[in-house]
Amino acid sequence: MTPGPFVNDLMFQAATVNGSGSQSANLVLTRAIFSMGIPVAPKNVFPSNIEGLPTWYQLRVSPRGYQARAGEPDVLVALNPATWTKDLAGVRPGGAVVHEEAYSTAGARQDVSYFPVPFAKLAKTRISSDSLRKQLTNMLYVGVVAGLLGIPFEAIEHGIKRTFLTKPKAWPVNVDAACVGYQYWRDNFADRRINHTLRPMTGVTDGLVLIEGNQAAALGCVMGGCTVAAWYPITPSSSLCENLIAYADRFRVDPASGEKKIAIVQAEDELAALGMAVGAGWTGARAMTSTSGPGISLMAEFSGLAYYAEVPVVIFDIQRIGPSTGLPTRTSQADLGFVYTLSHGDTKHLVLLPGTVEECYEFAQDAFDLADRFQTPVFVLSDLDLGMNLWMTPPFAYPERPFDRGKVLSADDLERLESRWGRYRDVDQDGVPYRTLPGTDHPAAGYFTRGSGHDEDARYTEEAEAYARNMDRLVRKLETARGAVPAPVVDSSAGSTIGLIAFGTTHHAVVEARDLLREQGLPVDYLRVRALPLAASIAEFVRAHERVYVIEQNRDGQMYDLLRLELAAELAGRLRSIRHYDGRPIPAESITRPLLELEEKVPVQ
Amino acid sequence: MSATLNHIGLARDAYKGAATTLCAGCGHNSITNHLVKAMYELGVEPHLLAKMSGIGCSSKTPAYFVEQAHGFNGVHGRMPALTTGAGLANRKLVMLGVSGDGDTVSIGLGGFMHLMRRNVDCTYIIEDNGTYGLTKGQFSATADVGSVQKRGSVNTYQPIDPCAVALTLGCSFVARSFSGDGKQLVPLIKAAIAHRGTAVLDVISPCVTFNDHDGSTKSYSWVKDHDEQIQDVTFIPFFEEINVDYEPGTIKEVELHDGSHLVLKKLSEDHDPTDRIAAMRLIEEARERNQLLTGLLYIDETAQDFASRESLPERPLRDLGEADLRMSRDDFALHMSELA
Repeated sequence: MTPGPFVNDLMFQAATVNGSGSQSANLVLTRAIFSMGIPVAPKNVFPSNIEGLPTWYQLRVSPRGYQARAGEPDVLVALNPATWTKDLAGVRPGGAVVHEEAYSTAGARQDVSYFPVPFAKLAKTRISSDSLRKQLTNMLYVGVVAGLLGIPFEAIEHGIKRTFLTKPKAWPVNVDAACVGYQYWRDNFADRRINHTLRPMTGVTDGLVLIEGNQAAALGCVMGGCTVAAWYPITPSSSLCENLIAYADRFRVDPASGEKKIAIVQAEDELAALGMAVGAGWTGARAMTSTSGPGISLMAEFSGLAYYAEVPVVIFDIQRIGPSTGLPTRTSQADLGFVYTLSHGDTKHLVLLPGTVEECYEFAQDAFDLADRFQTPVFVLSDLDLGMNLWMTPPFAYPERPFDRGKVLSADDLERLESRWGRYRDVDQDGVPYRTLPGTDHPAAGYFTRGSGHDEDARYTEEAEAYARNMDRLVRKLETARGAVPAPVVDSSAGSTIGLIAFGTTHHAVVEARDLLREQGLPVDYLRVRALPLAASIAEFVRAHERVYVIEQNRDGQMYDLLRLELAAELAGRLRSIRHYDGRPIPAESITRPLLELEEKVPVQ
Repeated sequence: MSATLNHIGLARDAYKGAATTLCAGCGHNSITNHLVKAMYELGVEPHLLAKMSGIGCSSKTPAYFVEQAHGFNGVHGRMPALTTGAGLANRKLVMLGVSGDGDTVSIGLGGFMHLMRRNVDCTYIIEDNGTYGLTKGQFSATADVGSVQKRGSVNTYQPIDPCAVALTLGCSFVARSFSGDGKQLVPLIKAAIAHRGTAVLDVISPCVTFNDHDGSTKSYSWVKDHDEQIQDVTFIPFFEEINVDYEPGTIKEVELHDGSHLVLKKLSEDHDPTDRIAAMRLIEEARERNQLLTGLLYIDETAQDFASRESLPERPLRDLGEADLRMSRDDFALHMSELA
């Protein structure tokens, strides 16, 4: 049995039916707890379905503010008869189970406490609105859980107001419903104690805000000067452009004329979505598309065109599980290898790897600068976990840098040139040529952009040397970009012979795993990769460690493979691969357990 | 001797491009010449022209006219998407797409339809020869039932008529013409460019190498024998006065977005080109009669183009800077506080 009570350290899980409106109730709880100064890390485990399939909301509360997924729940709210038995079986010993009274607990496990609530009956007798009854039933459990965990009712009220920020009309009905649940707890369970409790705290969440990665990326697009966005709806990326639409409606409309300073097009498919963005990028606009796995597959051809014809464009890939349709609502880091070389032929792209919502915001802006500067597609590889869950973050910084529009020649520039301009000439020996934009009023400005073979002056050619020269210049350009993309974040403070390498959302499990390993007497250093092509400094990190574990959320160890390809053989041999690929965000335990096994240390139970 | 200059002071040579690499006698080369003539006479600013294309023989042709303009030869069937994005980013550009029958109604049919559905402001020329030339003579989806391939096989599948598709989608400018008929094609090209919205011109353009034989319905001789002109088409640009003699009841006049006029003189049909259903009937009846009907099938000058519908400013989006695009510091701070 788990000893208690644990303060501000628990896993909460609500098991409900998709489409029942439980998401609002879960957000209210999350925001209520967050308002108490307690760190929260919510994860929505939802089905690819509109209504009827089971859905789970996992809310992790930890005093140190860990944001990785943890193991099994300590507190369960069971409102789905279809999964009741399995949900109950998953609760940690000593846990508390709030369930619909009608569910049978006869012969059920004895190592948890049961809190039966007649939700259906309460909803019928205590919620007067017929149309809102289904949704508000979920607010009943918010009230019960508030009582059980010691969440002050004022915090619940705050959570309701924050969740329904723009709908004040919804406040009273939701507060009333939560109040019914809270009263039920007081009348029936007030004298019962459970192993977990929440108490207001300070110091960890002060000044932090909550935001989803897709919203943060959309905000980055606004601040990064995006003016053309084209997208095709696909989970889990849709909310990125939907947030962009909301931002555009609010911040990009001229109040006097009603004119919009951005075009957002819902395209007919992902091919067209990227095609529109490439067309806009060619014209000089900051253009983007956002998609996920199947859409990325469809975008391969246009990605190659943009790479070879050297057109700036930003592509967000909010990764989900593949191959094929895969699990559309589960997370993954398995597009890394595919995206890096997306398209036929010799292709290599710039790929940014945000690990936090703050980086979703920052890298979105960086992506537009890098795309313009290097005249090439820039991919931002987020994932479902980062994109669609709320994360705690310091407020974002207002951008102080002007846009980097790269090497664009105006009519005046062309007039001043002493030698003839050629679109693909490597004047600066950095692989990055100068471009002109359509509409530039100068007789020398026009050129013919093509995906077929071309020479330095953009003329069609099938000449062998011209083809090879161009391909070699593109390598030079990639090498220049290698030093310009976000550098790895290195923490060698442990001074260990063991290093960890991770990227993206795996970061959060690594943070926790390092604490756990340190507590077990095995401090480890850490390098977080933040972009492709891989930084030269990664080799130094590997050289400084005897063994380096590459941790990622895919089956094949794609980052491990990339590192082995790019590192010298002697360094590649130091790498070990740890992979997690069940579609759920990686927990710290998926790092510590295999690592300790590989290090031949017995994990402490 | 000085060359004759157009109304913006450019000679015809300013509208020429690189030498063609297509077969001698290819209908596409004639269309290129008609495009040069139309843009020269219209006085299109070369630097504002954006020449867009996909893949195929037709899609190579933008390199053969208006060399000073920017051009984009993209990927197969995706010219509509590139054109949509480029046009949104800079509304000042004159978007001119050149495509083929394979590029448009096979691999690119979806994009073609959505371009028209959105009424993206562009001219869309289909150089329609019913065959895949670059890959040596396979049927395309515009080949008529019963049409015979050079190697003898007969097409048994229903053709997709780009004009019929365009009419179904309410495309705001639908015309058909023939590469060998500059008298009709040149004014139609001018009108298409002057039109604000998607202007589709299906131009039958015989492939001399793979589809100009007996049994083909896209050969020079077949087209000459079966071409039925709906109207005599005259285009009067905004910078010229209208001065047309006509007998009452024989003329239809359409004013275009930029103040230019189309004057249509009745020939074979008494067709009202603002009547979409009549245009659809006309196409079906011509098909029954085994005729190739050419001329302006449909025009709707009241339809709003895509960028206008999206409330975009006339000022190119790509010219907007930090002050236009970033939210203010106050708005940003307020928004951050909302996230707490």
